[in-house]
Amino acid sequence: MGKTKVIVGLGSCGIAAGANKTYQKIQQLQKAENLDFELKKTSCIGMCFREPLVEIVDDTGSYIYGNVDENRVVEVLEKHVIQQEPVKELVVKTDLFETPDHLFFDNQVKIALRNCGYIDPESLEEYEEHHGYEAIKKIADEDISQDAVIETVLQSGLRGRGGGGFPTGMKWRFARKSESNEKYIICNADEGDPGAFMDRSLLEGDPHSVLEGMIIGAYAIGATSGVIYCRAEYPLAIKRLNIAIEQARDQGYLGDHILGIEGFCFDIYVKEGAGAFVCGEETALIASIEGERGMPRKRPPFPATSGLWKKPTNINNVETWANIPWIVINGPEAYSKYGTEKSKGTKVFALAGKINHSGLVEVPMGITIRDIIFKLGGGIPGGKKFKAVQLGGPSGGCIPEYLADTIVDYDSVNATGAIMGSGGMVVMDEDTCMVDVARFFLNFTQEESCGKCTFCRIGTKRMLEILERITEGKGKMEDLDTLEELAAQIKDNSLCGLGQTAPNPVLTTIKYFRDEYTAHILEKKCPAKVCKNLLTYEIIPDKCTGCTVCAKKCPVDAISGERKGVHVIDQAICIKCGDCYNRCKFEAIALR
Amino acid sequence: LKYVYFYNLKNLLNMRIERISTKTPAEATDQVDLSLIDELIAKYKGKKGTMIPLLQGAQSIYGYIPSEVFEKIAGDTGLSLSEMYGVATFYAQFRLHPVGKYIVKVCHGTACHVQNATRISEALEESLKVPDGGTTEDRLFTLESVACLGCCSLAPVMMIQDETYGKLTGAEAVRIVKNIRIKEQN
Repeated sequence: MGKTKVIVGLGSCGIAAGANKTYQKIQQLQKAENLDFELKKTSCIGMCFREPLVEIVDDTGSYIYGNVDENRVVEVLEKHVIQQEPVKELVVKTDLFETPDHLFFDNQVKIALRNCGYIDPESLEEYEEHHGYEAIKKIADEDISQDAVIETVLQSGLRGRGGGGFPTGMKWRFARKSESNEKYIICNADEGDPGAFMDRSLLEGDPHSVLEGMIIGAYAIGATSGVIYCRAEYPLAIKRLNIAIEQARDQGYLGDHILGIEGFCFDIYVKEGAGAFVCGEETALIASIEGERGMPRKRPPFPATSGLWKKPTNINNVETWANIPWIVINGPEAYSKYGTEKSKGTKVFALAGKINHSGLVEVPMGITIRDIIFKLGGGIPGGKKFKAVQLGGPSGGCIPEYLADTIVDYDSVNATGAIMGSGGMVVMDEDTCMVDVARFFLNFTQEESCGKCTFCRIGTKRMLEILERITEGKGKMEDLDTLEELAAQIKDNSLCGLGQTAPNPVLTTIKYFRDEYTAHILEKKCPAKVCKNLLTYEIIPDKCTGCTVCAKKCPVDAISGERKGVHVIDQAICIKCGDCYNRCKFEAIALR
Repeated sequence: LKYVYFYNLKNLLNMRIERISTKTPAEATDQVDLSLIDELIAKYKGKKGTMIPLLQGAQSIYGYIPSEVFEKIAGDTGLSLSEMYGVATFYAQFRLHPVGKYIVKVCHGTACHVQNATRISEALEESLKVPDGGTTEDRLFTLESVACLGCCSLAPVMMIQDETYGKLTGAEAVRIVKNIRIKEQN
């Protein structure tokens, strides 16, 4: 009989949900009751909506329990570990029987996330047990040439997962062709899109796969040095990366003449970003590594010929790197069998917003957006109506409900006016105001614009002012034309992706939700009841009991009335904070 | 004419340095122990691309980057003061003013925004009586809006020290901050 294992998911999201407390509780119980099991750590399996997660592996198989807080863990341990009886109703994933959440996993194909949630990210041995570093060993043992590696990546059809979608193999070939005795590999882990957390989970859950991908890339293009540019906001990812790098050095996966490959010397270090969205753009990222303000540079020369310290440089995103070892081991056909004609393989998405199953999913390209939201994502909470989904963050756009059957691949998503982006998918329901969403994203890009290009710096500011005016009920119909005109100019006259795509959220919302804009402008109403200045709170006389709660809670004393008499809100004083609306127990306050 | 040119240049330089060294009355009395960064400077001096790690290191020592520290780094390494100021003001991470003991980070990522993160910020601004980015007079709290904490499934979220609080309401956020204050007073 093998020893029972109890594994706790300790990714950032798990910890935020209280997984550390669960872990400590298990430790305590194990000691106090002298229980015989092995306690281990792993990272995020993607089921953020069921965190904290605890997996118990015994002779019969693996059981993942959901929502295991420090109280529930006592029950689970007692029944499953001591009495050997799994608590079936709390299991969220197992191969032994169907769980209510099985749809979440049934439609997934895990390639980039193959190890996330299954191995201890701080253990090299566990990575090696899961085919870790086999790809680079295969290259060394079978003496696979640099060009053959590039050919494999090309044939797999893998395209840049950071959002650009440029064929990875092609990028590598350019960097390989550049003559230089010094070349660089960069991993772009500056995941700045609000609402995206794929790269964080990957780095926290399986840092070695990213390192191995970079090592293979370095071999292919002949690089000598590698940099992982990671957001400082991800302290856990940085910590685990540094542990992994140290382990890889000890085992000779990094260093001089790696695995006996003559002349292949390569090392990696982590560079902490300092908080600038524009640094996700590759030339800005390079400037930032060089210690300057992260401002984009003119291309050409492309980084493949003149990048970091003016040397040939190849930059790929975290998810792209994590795919590489799998492709080398399993062959390009195994990867390209998934997906559509022009977009091969799988893509990781971070589901968030108004959705039941928020979390991380990896799906084959070609699946419809509707399937992701309703099958994997479990639909919209509270029986609300699905309105739109935002793809691609501040560079992307909103895809409306009637286009939800759009399939996920680079070209189909681009055709809607949104972009694939790095994989943030924020779901919006009937309570989300699309004008407010456009304003939110523009506010973000306007603040994050580095200021180099005039149209981006000033144009986004002017667009933001117009949107603010509209949400305050002071818009004019000609504002919509001005917005479109400014958008076209910003797109045409900006140097980098930030400016070129900044107007997308505005353009897509005007295209698909023009009626909401006109409601704000002509009727001075916010249909989703979000834009504060367009709301009115009124007391319904029939329902008001005169309990005085609202009058007491009103921060500006706008509500008056006698005890047990009907109260009235003075609209001239009301600041529309909604406190009265939230506090009234008799639903006597109407929001119009 | 030459005189005017030099005069203006000097003036401009002074203005820049003044912007770095602008201090609130409370900060003016703060003592900064400059010897704390000697080791950091020794580690990076003479290497390329080290301005950001130097500033990050200094900030982790002092909690912000005091003007004296800018001057010391410039003096010891030869990095230009204006370039350092340029970098420090470009990146959101760097602070030129001291912060409170507790930094209250309210997430304003997309997922939190659609779940009404604005209400959380407003409630905290009202309760702490500071604007976004401000520090309370007793230097206990600094209120900050941040882009995304990556805990989108718990939206709306705020983070104090290393603790993340999810699925908040305005009242809940205020209660958490008040509890910390009570704990501090005892």
